[in-house]
Amino acid sequence: MSQLHFKQALLDPSLPAPAGLQDGQGSPAGRHFDVYRNNVTVSLIEALQTGFPAVCKLLGEENFTNLARDYLRAEPPTSPVMMFYGKGFAEFVQGFEPLAKFGYLPDVARFEILLRESYHAADADVITPVALGAIAPERLGGAKLVLAPSTRLLQSPWPVLSFWQYALKDGAPRPSARPESVLITRPEFDPTPQLLPVGAGGFVRALQLGKNLEKAAAQAIEKNKNFELSTALSTLLSAQAITQVSLEEDT
Amino acid sequence: MSKMMKTVAVAGAVAAALSAHATTAVAAEKEKCFGVSMAGKNDCAAGPGTTCAGTSKVDYQGNAWTLVDKGTCMEMALPAADDGMMRKGSLEALDRDLPA
Amino acid sequence: MFDKSPLKALPAASGVGYKPQHFSEIMSDVAQAICPVGWLEIHAENYMGQGGRPLAQLRHLSEHFPISVHGVGLSIGGEGPLDADHLARLKQLCDWLEPASFSEHLAWSSHESAFLNDLLPLPYNTATLARVGEHIDTLQNTLGRQILLENPSSYLAFDTSDMSETDFLAELAQRTGCGLLLDVNNVFVSATNLGYSPQGYIDDFPLDKVGEIHLGGHDEDINDAGRPLLIDSHGCEVVDPVWALLDHTLARSGPRPLLIEWDNDVPDWPVLAAEAKRGAAALVAL
Repeated sequence: MSQLHFKQALLDPSLPAPAGLQDGQGSPAGRHFDVYRNNVTVSLIEALQTGFPAVCKLLGEENFTNLARDYLRAEPPTSPVMMFYGKGFAEFVQGFEPLAKFGYLPDVARFEILLRESYHAADADVITPVALGAIAPERLGGAKLVLAPSTRLLQSPWPVLSFWQYALKDGAPRPSARPESVLITRPEFDPTPQLLPVGAGGFVRALQLGKNLEKAAAQAIEKNKNFELSTALSTLLSAQAITQVSLEEDT
Repeated sequence: MSKMMKTVAVAGAVAAALSAHATTAVAAEKEKCFGVSMAGKNDCAAGPGTTCAGTSKVDYQGNAWTLVDKGTCMEMALPAADDGMMRKGSLEALDRDLPA
Repeated sequence: MFDKSPLKALPAASGVGYKPQHFSEIMSDVAQAICPVGWLEIHAENYMGQGGRPLAQLRHLSEHFPISVHGVGLSIGGEGPLDADHLARLKQLCDWLEPASFSEHLAWSSHESAFLNDLLPLPYNTATLARVGEHIDTLQNTLGRQILLENPSSYLAFDTSDMSETDFLAELAQRTGCGLLLDVNNVFVSATNLGYSPQGYIDDFPLDKVGEIHLGGHDEDINDAGRPLLIDSHGCEVVDPVWALLDHTLARSGPRPLLIEWDNDVPDWPVLAAEAKRGAAALVAL
C-alpha cells in the first residue's frame, strides 16, 4: 500500500480503507482508518473557518462547512505553512454554480486573504510627514512613494468592506449597493482596513506599480475627475503606509 | 495642463495633506501592542495555524452540496455596481433582497 | 555529532505549548516572578510569515524563556524527498531564533503537492527505516544541529510492519544520532488503540535518548468491535492514567523537560498553568 492510495482514501469517503491496514488486533482497520479521515477533513474545514470568518458568517456555518469540504478535497493545501491556506478559495467560490447569485462572496474571500497577508507581512519603518515636507516643491511631482510590505488594496465592484463589517461587527449597517476600494494597512500589528476616497484606489495601484506622484495622480484624475490628491496622501500618511520617498528619475 | 501647473498642483496637495496630517496625528508614541490585538480578538487576522492533534468530531462523509437556507445573508443578492456607476434600479433591488 | 550548548538546552522543568492568547498573562507572571513554566514550545509552521505580531511575540518570549521549536509539517516519513523550500524555512527560523531544541514527528503529512495537515502512520520495516534515516540526516545537516523525533499517536497497524515502534525508534536514533521526544499520552493512546501494554512500551523505549517528554489530553471513542478508540485531541486535561504512566517513565529516565500540549478548545491561562504545575510536581517528586 502506497501513500498515494492512503491519501486518495483520506480525501474520498466513497473509497474503502486501503488494504493491508488493521486495528492491531487482527481485524480490518475500519473506524481506525476513519480517525485519519476525520483528522484531515475536520482540521482543514476548521482552518478555512478560521481563515474566512466573514464568508462563513454570510453563508451560515452549515453551508460553509459543506462548501469547505468540497474545496479541501478539490484543493488540499500545497504547503505546510497553513496561515496562507485558501488562496484559491475565492476562485473556487466564484466558479461554484449554487452560489452564483451571491456575486460578492468571492471578493469577501479575497479581502480575508489580503488581511492575512498583511498580518504576516514584513515589518518596515515608515517615513514621517516631515520627510515629505522636506522635498523641494518643484521635485515633488517626480517623487516615488514606496508603500509598506503590509499594504494591500482591493478594488471591488461590490461593497466588500461593508459586507465584511456587516458579517463580523455587531451593529454594522446593512451594505448599500456600491463599489468599494479598500486599503489595508498595518500601523502596528493589526491589519486595518479603510474605505478609500473617490478615485484613490487607482492612485494607490499606480504607486504600487512604481509611478511617481505626478503620473499616479494624473492617472487617478483621468479615471475619476473627483479624485483629490491631498486626501489620498493624507490617508496614506495617517495609515503609516509610506516607507520611503525616492527622487529617482522616472524613465 | 502645463508642467508648471502640474508641479503646483502636486506641491499644493502635499502641503494640504501634511497640514491635515499634523492636526490629526497623535504625537504620542504607540505602545507596542504585540500582546493583545486592538480589535480585542486574539490573532483574529492570523488565519489558520498548524496542529499536531487529532479530532473526535466526525465530519468526513459529506453529501453532494445543497444550499441550506441558514446563512445570515443568504438572500442578500446584490447587483454589482460598475466602476463607480450605480446600475439603474440597484438600490430598489437591494432593499428588496435584504433581510428585514 | 551535534553538541548542544548547555546555555541553549531545555531545562528539566515544566513547559507548555505556547498560544498567543496567553501572551499577556505569561509576561505578567514573569514580571511577578510567579511563572509556573520554565520554557515554551512553538509550532515552527506558525512562525513562517515575514513579520508582524507572531514574530514580535516570539522574539520577546525568547528573551525570557528557552524556546523549543516543534515542526509539524516536514513529512519526514514521506515517500518522496523532503520539501526543499520547507527545509529552507525551518533553517531560517532556527538560524534567527537559535532555539534550545528542535523536534519533528515520526510521520508523513505530504504526498506530492498535497499537504494533509495530519500526522499519518508508517509501516515499521527496513525500507521505512532507510528512508526516514536519510531524511533525518538531511534535516540535521541542514539545520546543523541534533533533532528530536517524536513517537506518533497510532490508530492502525500495517501488515507490512516487522519491527516494534520502540525498536524502530532505537535503530533510527542509533543510525542518525538524533534524540527522541517521548509523548507519554501518545504511548497511552497507541497502546490502547492497538492492544499492547503502555508500561511495556516505556520499558522497551531507549530512554537514554529522550530529550523531551510530551503530555496532552485525549478523547475517547469506540471502534467497530466496541473497544475503546482513543483520539489524541489535545483538547482537555491529561487523564490520571497518563500521569501515572509519566511517573512510571520518570522513575526510569530521571528528570526530563516536560511539556503540556493543549491545542484545541484552548483554556484560560490558569487552567493550563495548573497542568504545568502538576507536571512540575511530578518532576519534584523524583
